[in-house]
Amino acid sequence: MAKKPDLLPGTLDMLILKTLTRAPLHGYGIALSIKRYSDDVLTVEEGSLYPALQRLLLQGWVKAEWKLTETNRRARFYTLTAAGRKQLGIELSEFEQMIAAIGRVLQDA
Amino acid sequence: MQRILQFVRKVAWAFGRRRFRAELNEEMAFHREQAAKDLIAGGMTPEAARYAAMRQFGNATRLREKSHEVVGFRMETVVQDLRFALRQLRRNPGFAATAVVILALGMGVSVAIFGFVDAALLQPLPYAQPNRLMDVAETGTMFRRSDLSRDDYDDWKRLNHSFSSLAAYGGSGFLLLTPSGAVPVPATRVSDGFFRTLGVKPMLGRDFMPGEDPPGQAKIAMLSYGTWLKRYGGRRDIVGQAINLNEDTYTIVGVLPRDFSFALRANAEFWVPLLDKNGCEVRRTCHNLYGIGRLRDGVTPGAALQEMKAIAAQLAVEYPVSNQGQGASVMPLSEQIVGKVRPILLTLLGGAGLLLLIACVNVASLLLVRSESRKREVAVRGALGATPMRLIRQFMTEGLLLAAAGCAGGVVCAVWLMTLLTRLVPKEMAASLTFLSGVGMNAHTAVFAGVIALLAAAVLSLTPILRLSFLEIHEGMSDGGRGSAGRFWSRIGANLVAVELAVAVVLLVGAGLLGKSFYRLLHVENGFDTSHLATVQVAAPDKRYPKTGQKVALYREITHRLSSLPGVQSVGITSDLPVQCNCDTDWIRIVGKPFHGEHNEVDERDVSPGYLPTLGAKLVRGRLFTEDDDASKTEKIVINEALAQKYFPGEDPIGQMVGNGNLDPKAMREIIGVIGNVREGGLDEELWPSEYQAIYQGPDTFFSVAVRTVQDEKSVLPVVVRTLHEVDPNLGTMNESTMTEQIESSQTALLHRFSSWLVGGFAAMALVLGVVGLYGVIAYSVSQRTREIGVRMALGAQRSSVYKMVLTQAGRLTAVGLGAGLICSVGASLLMRKLLFGVAAWDAPTLIGVAAVLSFFALLASYIPARRAARVNPTEALRAE
Repeated sequence: MAKKPDLLPGTLDMLILKTLTRAPLHGYGIALSIKRYSDDVLTVEEGSLYPALQRLLLQGWVKAEWKLTETNRRARFYTLTAAGRKQLGIELSEFEQMIAAIGRVLQDA
Repeated sequence: MQRILQFVRKVAWAFGRRRFRAELNEEMAFHREQAAKDLIAGGMTPEAARYAAMRQFGNATRLREKSHEVVGFRMETVVQDLRFALRQLRRNPGFAATAVVILALGMGVSVAIFGFVDAALLQPLPYAQPNRLMDVAETGTMFRRSDLSRDDYDDWKRLNHSFSSLAAYGGSGFLLLTPSGAVPVPATRVSDGFFRTLGVKPMLGRDFMPGEDPPGQAKIAMLSYGTWLKRYGGRRDIVGQAINLNEDTYTIVGVLPRDFSFALRANAEFWVPLLDKNGCEVRRTCHNLYGIGRLRDGVTPGAALQEMKAIAAQLAVEYPVSNQGQGASVMPLSEQIVGKVRPILLTLLGGAGLLLLIACVNVASLLLVRSESRKREVAVRGALGATPMRLIRQFMTEGLLLAAAGCAGGVVCAVWLMTLLTRLVPKEMAASLTFLSGVGMNAHTAVFAGVIALLAAAVLSLTPILRLSFLEIHEGMSDGGRGSAGRFWSRIGANLVAVELAVAVVLLVGAGLLGKSFYRLLHVENGFDTSHLATVQVAAPDKRYPKTGQKVALYREITHRLSSLPGVQSVGITSDLPVQCNCDTDWIRIVGKPFHGEHNEVDERDVSPGYLPTLGAKLVRGRLFTEDDDASKTEKIVINEALAQKYFPGEDPIGQMVGNGNLDPKAMREIIGVIGNVREGGLDEELWPSEYQAIYQGPDTFFSVAVRTVQDEKSVLPVVVRTLHEVDPNLGTMNESTMTEQIESSQTALLHRFSSWLVGGFAAMALVLGVVGLYGVIAYSVSQRTREIGVRMALGAQRSSVYKMVLTQAGRLTAVGLGAGLICSVGASLLMRKLLFGVAAWDAPTLIGVAAVLSFFALLASYIPARRAARVNPTEALRAE
């Protein structure tokens, strides 16, 4: 198995929030979605989603609800809250600033 | 807001812990199943897919724990720590039990003593706005607080503007006529506004009304609650009924409430208005009442005192003979009631605090020793990845667990001690210490216990943290860290032991001084033979013995009958027994000496011819009274040496004449004899000048009988009482006791006994703890240095030098502790010098004795480990590696 780049630290919460803007998802769905959208570049240690999700629940940025999947299995679906949407905005702008700054440093003068 | 919300969520989760865990597990299982399914769909074998899914997922247990940590209060790890701590303590029950018992004792004693301090000094008196109530009294040339005379009280009440009400009360006693004969009962005469001033309302019937206390008013009475129950069966129809007191008919108008108590007249059964002036009250010089005033709003005690002093000065001008030199005293009522026990209680609280300190230090050093021997464990756990925080928490949990167990034990111990100590107070004294009923676990004591528990918890949990320097973790692994351990130990552990020893010295010195005071008090020079002396107080009904001759006949009959009892040597009758109080005084004027109206205060006692010989008083000059010194003769007195020295320095007093302030011819009397000083006042009071008059010349219906016996004086008492009732069944008898009993159960003696025993107990415990602590330190140090000692001996060190090495270490610690302790104890003794009697705070024999005792035990405690050290076998010690 080829070595894949590690996730930038601190970005997992942001990725989860962003993923949830598209649709409410269960944990496995979130992991799948991140993998797909990043063209298999970003793989999370899938289990580490769960402590992160608990953190987001505690902050009130996502809501959780038990629902049935298409295959009639019980699963916990996470939905973005208004507070979560706002938080995502803040994190995105901070992240963009940081990327831009890194980009400027790395640019050939 | 956000934080609060988070907190609420956490709490909700904490309660639904089980559900939280189940949901998380389900969610994670679902995730893995889905992943495996997708992998199978991609062509993997189910087995391989399952493993791949698990690999992708990561360490499920760790992730679960991480999720828990996000939402939890770290409860899980706390429970873990607790379990581990319990296991640790169970593995070493000796250590745990010792620590818990020491803590429980220290805390129990402190909380119990605080219970008494709280009841006496912190809880308010059980009256309306008690801090506005003042004790109002006169002052005399030799009294800082003397009774009010009735006339002065009337004038003070009329003239003052400081008090919204000023009431008076005075001791009294009646013979209550019951179907089974006359019973003497204690009573209190009060002004009509007494209960309104205190803010006390009767539970049954009515209070005395304004205008019901002047002479000539109707005879009415109120009952104490206990009397109502005991004598009248708690009958509600008692109000309005007539009773017979001193052969007068009194109507009961009310019953006082159950929780009413008045410490200054605690045993009074009946409360009556002042009414008719008794024989003495017709004179302004008769001081027999005390005042209680309620300050008007806005008036300070100081302002009230100034006003009363001004009024007293005005009366002194108006009535120079009676009032010259009489001032005023105004102080908080609570001061009058608990002032005497305050220094004792505070001393005991200080002693208990020191004991608690020593207990905490002891347990802390036990913990230190233990953490020392657990170095390897700490190192291993550290190496396995335990963070410093996690290790600290583990040790804190153990400390807290010990503190919790110790404090729980402490509370139980405190409750038990409070009951025990309350029960140890003799009945007659408990009556006047009304605060005793308030001693127990209440809000105040609970808060105090809580604060102590927190302190203990802080000490016990912080000690191991101080100890755990994590730099040593790696050293600990290699098991070579003994050198540094020794150094560390000699720094903190040893200093703690010196503190323990110093505190023990302070308590020992305190106990020594109090014990010596108590001894001095009981062996104070009384001037008479206190053994084999039985005493009874007698009240004869006034109506049966109205005339002087009848009373004298009664005295003679009593003396005659009692003298002929088997085993009785002699019998005397007196107005007041010795060793009671410097009271019932007289103001004298010596004929032929300069006089400016000053009040020459002397104790005045009326005695029968047999009384002074019965006491065994020493005749110095002249003669004593004979049967002939009766009302038909001119008045004569016998004086004590104190009076002779004060008023007749270098002269012969025999034959000199003494009179009252204005040399009234009727009051002139001749000195016929001088006796050695007989202690009339209390044990700790000064010896006053005293005069003795012939009781046949001024008899009274209330008197005391003293009987000198050959055999055990206690066994004579019942016969004496029976004989008195044979003389006249209407005689009331009370306070039958022996002189030794009276001296030993006097309030002063009891207070001294209580404080010296309690502080002695504290000191004994402190000594044990301190010496055991020293033993622990030395023994531990020896065990740590076994190898070093082995090396030394292998290199040729003599056993004696090993002894010397160990004993020097112990000696240094003891010397530091002893030195610091002796210095502190002089300071502490100065603080409690009010309690000392006949002993200076720096009493050398006590200090030397304490130093000797402590040194002896310290030597003993260090000798045992020193011996062990000297017996170390060098080859074994070295091979043990």
